[in-house]
Amino acid sequence: MPNNRNSLRATVAMAVLALALPAAATPHTSDWQSIMAEAKGQTVYWNAWAGEERINTYISWVAQQVDARYGVELVHVKLGDTSEAVSRVLAEKQAGNDERGSVDMIWINGENFAAMKANGLLFGPWADAMPHYPLTDPDNTPAVRYDWTIPVDGLESPWSSSQVVFYYDTALVENHPNNMAELLEWATLNPGEFTYPQVPNFLGNAFITQAMLELSDSTKLFYEPMQAEDFDTATAALWEFLDELHPHLWRSGRAFPSNSADLRSLMGDSEISIALSFSATEASGAIANHELPDTVRSYVHDSGMIGNMSFMAIPYNAQHKAGAMVVANYLMSPEAQAEKQDPKVWGSGTILAMDMLSPEERALFDDIDLGIATLPPSELGELLGQPHPSWVDAIAEAWQTRYVN
Amino acid sequence: MVLLPAFGYLPVLGGDTFHLEAWQALWARAGLHRSILLSYFSGLITTLVALFIVVLFLAANQGTWLDRTIRRLVSPLLAIPHAAVAFGLAFLIAPSGLLARWLSPGVTGWERPPDLLIVNDPLGLALMAGLVLKEVPFLLLMSLAALAQLHPERRVTLARSLGYAPSIAWLKCVFPALYPLIRLPVYAVIAYATSVVDMALILGPTLPPTLSVSIITWFNDPDLSRRFMASAGAVLQLGVTLAALLTWWLGEQAVQRLSQRWLVNGSRLSGSAAIAFGGRALLSTVTLLAMSALAGLALFSVAGFWRFPDALPGTFTLDHWQRILPSVTTPLINTLSIGLSATLIAAFLVVATLEHAARHHLPARRVQWLLYLPLIVPQVAFLFGLVVAAESVGIRPQHALVVAAHLLFVVPYLYLSLSEAYRRLDPRWVQVALSLGAPPWRAFWQIRLPLLLAPLLTACAVSLAVSIGQYLPTLLLGGGRVPTITTEAVAMASGGNRRLIAVLALLQALLPFIGFSLALLIPRLVWAKRRQMRGAA
Repeated sequence: MPNNRNSLRATVAMAVLALALPAAATPHTSDWQSIMAEAKGQTVYWNAWAGEERINTYISWVAQQVDARYGVELVHVKLGDTSEAVSRVLAEKQAGNDERGSVDMIWINGENFAAMKANGLLFGPWADAMPHYPLTDPDNTPAVRYDWTIPVDGLESPWSSSQVVFYYDTALVENHPNNMAELLEWATLNPGEFTYPQVPNFLGNAFITQAMLELSDSTKLFYEPMQAEDFDTATAALWEFLDELHPHLWRSGRAFPSNSADLRSLMGDSEISIALSFSATEASGAIANHELPDTVRSYVHDSGMIGNMSFMAIPYNAQHKAGAMVVANYLMSPEAQAEKQDPKVWGSGTILAMDMLSPEERALFDDIDLGIATLPPSELGELLGQPHPSWVDAIAEAWQTRYVN
Repeated sequence: MVLLPAFGYLPVLGGDTFHLEAWQALWARAGLHRSILLSYFSGLITTLVALFIVVLFLAANQGTWLDRTIRRLVSPLLAIPHAAVAFGLAFLIAPSGLLARWLSPGVTGWERPPDLLIVNDPLGLALMAGLVLKEVPFLLLMSLAALAQLHPERRVTLARSLGYAPSIAWLKCVFPALYPLIRLPVYAVIAYATSVVDMALILGPTLPPTLSVSIITWFNDPDLSRRFMASAGAVLQLGVTLAALLTWWLGEQAVQRLSQRWLVNGSRLSGSAAIAFGGRALLSTVTLLAMSALAGLALFSVAGFWRFPDALPGTFTLDHWQRILPSVTTPLINTLSIGLSATLIAAFLVVATLEHAARHHLPARRVQWLLYLPLIVPQVAFLFGLVVAAESVGIRPQHALVVAAHLLFVVPYLYLSLSEAYRRLDPRWVQVALSLGAPPWRAFWQIRLPLLLAPLLTACAVSLAVSIGQYLPTLLLGGGRVPTITTEAVAMASGGNRRLIAVLALLQALLPFIGFSLALLIPRLVWAKRRQMRGAA
């Protein structure tokens, strides 16, 4: 075993070195071949949030594919929260288990990635050396290289892109708002019919972050680490907005739904008539699931909506790193990405750059039927990047102090 | 492993000195005081109300057809997972819930759900209601198991011959003897209710949530340095639970003092009608609420889209069941094998300990409090230490490790369900056997075990249910390799699809339900010809 591990490390190092040379943008096939050879017969434990049945179904489809193609057995470890996998890795490191870790791959992004990276819990760099990685056009796509402004540095491979969208019930709302100011106006006229998940839930954070970006004249500041002296002036508009908005929210802002699923249930129960989601296809999927009425449609704000990518990371002590890389690479393939984008399967945005694909590969995406409540990519508007985590953390903290009594 | 990080020590996160920063951060949290008060009072009030309902019902219970029916309906409620009851109740009483849908728009005139804060109310009333629904069946079952050996009929008959009304007779002659037997289960209820997470997440207040929920949020925070504060919070939680237990103990003393006069004042009839009515009415209400919550879940598991205020879903579909069923075979088998192993091992350990104590006339030792520690310390806090410990000695995540972790929770429940019944069994039965020349092991197998069959099976059924309900120990110690029906259900619950949650909750309730049914059925079959031996049935 030790030999295998060393050889793997060497292989990846070589692959990454190869990438550093401009002449060889992809790893030498023989390196990738040896990774594939080592992966064959491995069992990869993929720790992934499992709250959505469609995602679980997609993951079991992936498991069949990688088994048939590469002889890798993929096991979905179903999590209620990504931090449970982080806990496991942390405990293993504390106990000195540096080589036979039980988590092989984690679906991760943002703050969890930042924390694992900062605490040395990740393996790599490896992601840039994956054969499918160039299809994401990393040179022209900063979102692939920066996860919430934190440099990815090859420690995770992109999997899915998502953007916040609002959805509303056309049976109850005539004209949807187009920006935060109009949302406030609408909420004042329709008290109790809008709310957002409680901060620090990630969708709740996304809503107040979106508000902060929209209400500020210049957003450049937010993409660098926060300086304490800037906080009050930079966020004054946000608090003024929220202070005005809260009395008109569902339950007058005295309670908040705990997550996006709760929010969706409120929508399904007609308690509220506008909600938001981190998935452009959530509304279509929920209509198909009988959770929402078929009168629901999506919309975005004029100035664009906040969005981000989620990734695959391999813990530093994962026992089946080769297998994990083979799976991560397959997840970036046009075939797996197109399957994932189909709303009948899951409907999550692709991370591939369309102009990097062959016409046949592009056709896979063009043929997808997006569903009635999904905005086509052309109508999603500008994608606003996630600010630096220090800002999100600071406004989430301030939210707690301000609205929890 | 909880204490060290609470004081800043967790080397893997760079904490290698001891200090109080975590505590300072904790005290500075907005809403901390409210969180503490919520946990403390919701624990005490829940226990008080649940105990009150159970005692009143038992006092009113005349063994009539109605009483037996109510009693039989209550036991299965124990099998429904806490989270499922919470989901069901939330859907029953929410402004857009089942009750509102049935009454709207006809009675209420509501075309849209009213904007009322019923679920997640700041005082935690919805949370307490949910806990009462779950704890009443538990206390009732524990009481029934203990009552079997107190011969309540004899006591009541004697008191009635002196002119006492039946319910007063029960309260004055049976309850004082019963309470010591169910004291530990009552304490377990207090500990559980002050630190519950899953029900509090669904029904409890949110601004701020209860202390236990806050702790989970901090432990799950992506910012790993929050774990220091979370650990401090876990120590605080332990303090809150202990404070609630102490308060209850003081209350016990006070009630004992104050009731002395009432017990012997010779009043034979006053209040008996109210007790007879109240006992039945309250327990029926609890049963009815829980059953409606369950019915709501069942309805949702086959519901298509269901717009407010329709009384029934617009369409029905088996989609949800068809999507879940193919993937639950392995989890069901795992759940059953782990639950049975843990229960059998625990039963062996507990019975061996109790038998040893009984033979050598050992008093209950103070050490037994250690046994209950896993029930009152927040799981998320010490499981991390457990994983570190297992990894340090090189034990890989596997079935056996999960069973071992479940034992931490199963043993205390089995012990507290069984120990009093065991200890209080009339020692003369065994003495007679021994004096007739039976060796001790034979006296154990042929006299003591058969006499204790009903309480033992009940305790096992409780243990099985406890094992089946474990989420974090299964996930963390199993390293994700041992999926059970509960890990599936909790992961799915995080996605909030009410229809799929309903399917999984019903499946999750299935195994404990079989367990409790067997615990009630077996004594009836074994003792078909000996009515006095059937105990809880």
